[in-house]
Amino acid sequence: MPNARITVPDRVPRGLPFEVRIQIRHPMETGYRTDDMGKSIPRNVIRAFTCRYNGDPVFVAKLSSGIAANPYLRFFVLARASGELTFEWIDDAGTRESERVAVNVG
Amino acid sequence: MPRRFLLLLMLAAGAACAQERTLPIAALRSGVTFAGPDVRALQADDTANPGMLWVQRGGELWTAAAPGGSCESCHRGAATSMRGVAARYPAFDQSSGEVVDLEARINACRTQRQRAPALVREADDLLALTAYVAYQSRGMPMAVTIEGPARASFDRGQALFHTKHGQMNLACAQCHDDNWGKRLLAENISQGHGTAFPAYRLEWQNLGSLQRRIRACYFGVRAEMPAPGARTLTDLELYLAWRAQGLAMEAPGVRR
Amino acid sequence: MRSSRRRLLQGASALIAITCLPARAAEGSLPAIPELAAFLAGRMPRRERVRMELPRIADNGLSVPMRLAVSGPFAPGPFVRKLALFAEINPVPDMAVFEFPQPLERIEIETRVRLAGTQQIVAVAEMTDGTLFVTAMEVIVTLGGCMDGT
Repeated sequence: MPNARITVPDRVPRGLPFEVRIQIRHPMETGYRTDDMGKSIPRNVIRAFTCRYNGDPVFVAKLSSGIAANPYLRFFVLARASGELTFEWIDDAGTRESERVAVNVG
Repeated sequence: MPRRFLLLLMLAAGAACAQERTLPIAALRSGVTFAGPDVRALQADDTANPGMLWVQRGGELWTAAAPGGSCESCHRGAATSMRGVAARYPAFDQSSGEVVDLEARINACRTQRQRAPALVREADDLLALTAYVAYQSRGMPMAVTIEGPARASFDRGQALFHTKHGQMNLACAQCHDDNWGKRLLAENISQGHGTAFPAYRLEWQNLGSLQRRIRACYFGVRAEMPAPGARTLTDLELYLAWRAQGLAMEAPGVRR
Repeated sequence: MRSSRRRLLQGASALIAITCLPARAAEGSLPAIPELAAFLAGRMPRRERVRMELPRIADNGLSVPMRLAVSGPFAPGPFVRKLALFAEINPVPDMAVFEFPQPLERIEIETRVRLAGTQQIVAVAEMTDGTLFVTAMEVIVTLGGCMDGT
């Protein structure tokens, strides 16, 4: 079940950077919180986030507990050929998720 | 002579029924107007508002299969069928025989129509469905009914709002009617409306219901919190909704 | 009567002057963060080109909006390879490293960070030729009015 909202422009001019926004549902658990019973909640943050454009990595983010829960990233990608952006992220628990979105270059 | 007497009697009855407002409708202000620029900007941007993650999830759950059918199988498109619904809640529900909030109404549908297990309050799925339904009323004025079978709940809610609670011995009215706009440590006291809920509260790092926010207020005055789903909370939700009559629905809101 | 009024005015104008001073722009040395020192590895960063926008006073330390940008021009010279973020007093001072595997003219990132308290945030840009640019900013993190035990 996808846990992300991705926003890219409908159409992007070739050769120019275009804006990408992604919002991911993830607690980014710091490991410093305790539950109601006083037990420590284990750390679980998204460690690595990669955005690939037609297979080539164009943006990589190495994150930590210093990034807020339900992380939001806005960054730019240079428009080349039409195709797709794929987003992949993995957290401390080893859960891997991915999303993809089409890119129309004109 | 008898006709004039009848008129006077009607006027008197009307005055008794008309509910007196401490906060006049013209003075109502959304909680977002008391928030800082970053919180306001976040609420205004659907691509960055974390609450929209739950709205999106709610849209998926709307079409999820259930033994008695998905939400969509009866209600079709939520944008049409659910438009204005959240603005009328809490409301008296015939099938439950009591005043219920939106979360309880969704669960009533799930258990009675969809023949599916009830969803747990504050768990992601119920938050998502509530956020999705409430989102369909965004921008519409709060408009609950307090007459008829809802009246008893409203009266209880109104009494609760004016009752002092907790170690700090404070009533809701003391902060939110009498001292809204003033500072409390680093915060501005709002008028205490629930029109933005379910809301993403930065403090929760999560979306949460209005009941959760009310429970947090109980904690804030060092009072024992009513359990989630307690009648106390529904009564207060109804009173708050009446108190906020005409204010635009904002769910999913963002608060600090 | 006149001298006490003058003293009052002097005091008031001094107070106004203090509150109108620009936010501590962290001029001079960078905060001593071991992870930052490790990243710099003895290299001297220049205080230019990197722009960081954060609220002066955060609504809530759990989620603080941040924008980072590195101004060009880049072509035909070195491009930004990495942007590293450090928090002075967070239990984990390494906040994030953003990497750009391909040349990109528009280095602009927005995210939301988590701050354990009032502190300085440092952003370092590393170019493809190893040159470093840096900026730092202090953010004040306050407490809300009511505790939330839910």
